[in-house]
Amino acid sequence: MDVFLSQLFIGLSVASVLLLVALGLTFTFGQMNVINMAHGEFVMAGAYTVYVLQTSVFSASMATLAFGLALPLAFLVGGVLGLILEFTLIRRLHGRPLDTLLVTWGVSLILQQVARDIFGAPNVQVKAPPFLDGGITLAGVSMPYTRLFIIGLVVVALVAIWFYLSKLPAGRRMRAVVQNRDLASASGVRTPRVDRLTFFIGSGLAGVAGVAVTLLGSIGPTLGTNYIIDAFLVVIVGGLGQLRGAIIAAIALGVANAYLEYWTDASLAKAAVFGLIVVFLQFRPQGLVVTRRRGLA
Amino acid sequence: MARLGLTRLLAILVAAIVAAAAIAGCGSSSSESDAETSGSTASADAGGETIRVGILHSLSGTMAISEVTVRDSELLAIEEINRAGGVLGKQIEPVIEDGASDWPTFAEKAQKLISEDRVAATFGGWTSASRKAMLPVFESNRALLFYPVQYEGLEQSPYIFYSGATTNQQIIPGLEYLKEQGARSLFLVGSDYVFPRTANKEIKAWAEANDVEILGEEYTPLGHTEYGTLISKLQDARPDAVFNTLNGDSNVAFFKQLKGAGVTARDMPVMSVSVAEEEVAGIGPENVAGHPVAWNYYQTTDTPENRRFVEAFRARYGADRVTSDPMEAGYVQVHIWALAAEKAGSTDPEKVKEAARGLTFDAPEGRVRVDDVNQHLFKTARIGVVEPDGQIREVWASDGPIAPDPYLRTYDWAEGL
Repeated sequence: MDVFLSQLFIGLSVASVLLLVALGLTFTFGQMNVINMAHGEFVMAGAYTVYVLQTSVFSASMATLAFGLALPLAFLVGGVLGLILEFTLIRRLHGRPLDTLLVTWGVSLILQQVARDIFGAPNVQVKAPPFLDGGITLAGVSMPYTRLFIIGLVVVALVAIWFYLSKLPAGRRMRAVVQNRDLASASGVRTPRVDRLTFFIGSGLAGVAGVAVTLLGSIGPTLGTNYIIDAFLVVIVGGLGQLRGAIIAAIALGVANAYLEYWTDASLAKAAVFGLIVVFLQFRPQGLVVTRRRGLA
Repeated sequence: MARLGLTRLLAILVAAIVAAAAIAGCGSSSSESDAETSGSTASADAGGETIRVGILHSLSGTMAISEVTVRDSELLAIEEINRAGGVLGKQIEPVIEDGASDWPTFAEKAQKLISEDRVAATFGGWTSASRKAMLPVFESNRALLFYPVQYEGLEQSPYIFYSGATTNQQIIPGLEYLKEQGARSLFLVGSDYVFPRTANKEIKAWAEANDVEILGEEYTPLGHTEYGTLISKLQDARPDAVFNTLNGDSNVAFFKQLKGAGVTARDMPVMSVSVAEEEVAGIGPENVAGHPVAWNYYQTTDTPENRRFVEAFRARYGADRVTSDPMEAGYVQVHIWALAAEKAGSTDPEKVKEAARGLTFDAPEGRVRVDDVNQHLFKTARIGVVEPDGQIREVWASDGPIAPDPYLRTYDWAEGL
């Protein structure tokens, strides 16, 4: 029972990281059919935001403040990087997914090298805020505060996205564009503007994910590449552009990974999860959740 | 606008990832220009005014974090030699290539350095996988490779000089230290490739002969970021100590999450053989403080040569930089090659090999000597403990340099490995 519960918690924490990275990707994917290979580098930019705040702006004793401030700031950093990418490149490649893919991949390599030139190749260090030291034990399951914090962060992000999409006019316009771009455009929605906003939010979420992963892993120029493949899997299994699907997929992948790894080992678990995904896509090539569209396309 | 079918999208994605791997493999020679010194020392003259040497490390990809630092110290050694008049009256010109953390690329770039750049020797590699990939290239071309990192032993190529420790100069002293500290059971954690798997095979043979119980053996892929499950396995098994052969970024995730799970160095010390000063800085000293490591050199090693080395390195690359064992080995191996070439009066690989036999050098780690036969170095083993300030404090050292024994011939338990 102990093992069952503790692995469940580990699975959920893995899922929360996956989902945090995949959320922004789902956004841009669903809205614009853009596979943004540079998404992982926006995550990296978010991670370096904490680093810069901690080393250059605040003194070491204010690690908590720097970390707290990094969350909104990383959202901005990621968002602005995304805006620049959208404005300079993606906008010009509308309807050419293959080209976008190659271009954004090139951008990801450039961003990695830029990070290497600015911050150096070795990993840098980010201090976790002292209040995240330690953890609690509940029903025999030890839960580190860092893990709980990330799970909480995902929940907050999901609530914010839900609120935005269902309660705000801008969110409704975004949904209109997702469901039928031509009709939305004909009804007076300025689709390029909606696209830009979507890209800003999606990339901003990557920045926030970057702050979160500093609590768990390395902070270096190739940080993004460690997470991006798994994030793509979440998006594909969940169904393109489906938030609900992404949530279910992230939890399923995270939990499956945790139990499989417990019974076997990390390499085998990874292979097994890939195998399961291949089988799953044979039966549901559209992913978990599919929107019925009224568009002719 | 037509939506892409998912199948097609998937195919594109897979193609992209494969393309990424392929291009990362071969599109990296541009990094030659970003290496700081290659431009300044390069002379267009191929008429023999300079001696070219190759420097082949991963300057991109998951191993760049470690290998870039070795390149830095090798370039420092070349600059020192050049300032002192060069080798055989000629300046040394480094040709820098990027192995891109991709093993076939190492082989390809090695071939390029040998046949196009006609380098006199190559300094390079980090992972054993990259060394294994380069080995046939250097052997078939009868060219020299100097390899700067501790490794798993069981190898002795006539065209490779091994400047890092072999098993009996690092891992076995590490194990014996743990046993001396009272560890009766071990859990083995490593990255999933050549070095950890071979090292663990040797560790298991040692453990059997020494009545130490191995409670588990786990491997994770390079670049793995989630250690929750592995840590709960450690907590279930409750070993007296963990022997850690993880490499690269994974160490950061492992130690951060270990601390998050509330496991301290006192409960379960983790002996690492790939965590040096550079990695400690990336992990965060507070996450790894108190855990032991095994190496042959620390930045704090107390020799006049080391004080000079640390000072020169910081003057060249900045006061916030640290020096580590592989960096020191990289620095030492360039000097050893230069001394051997000088002694041989030639850069011809066969003559350099001949001249290198028994050569000694006062290295930052103390005096090292090239073994007459196996081309490894005599090195002093040192166990250290990570301090909260990120430095490593030596707690144990062998009595003088240990003779390299890559095949563990002097150990009875190692028969049949």
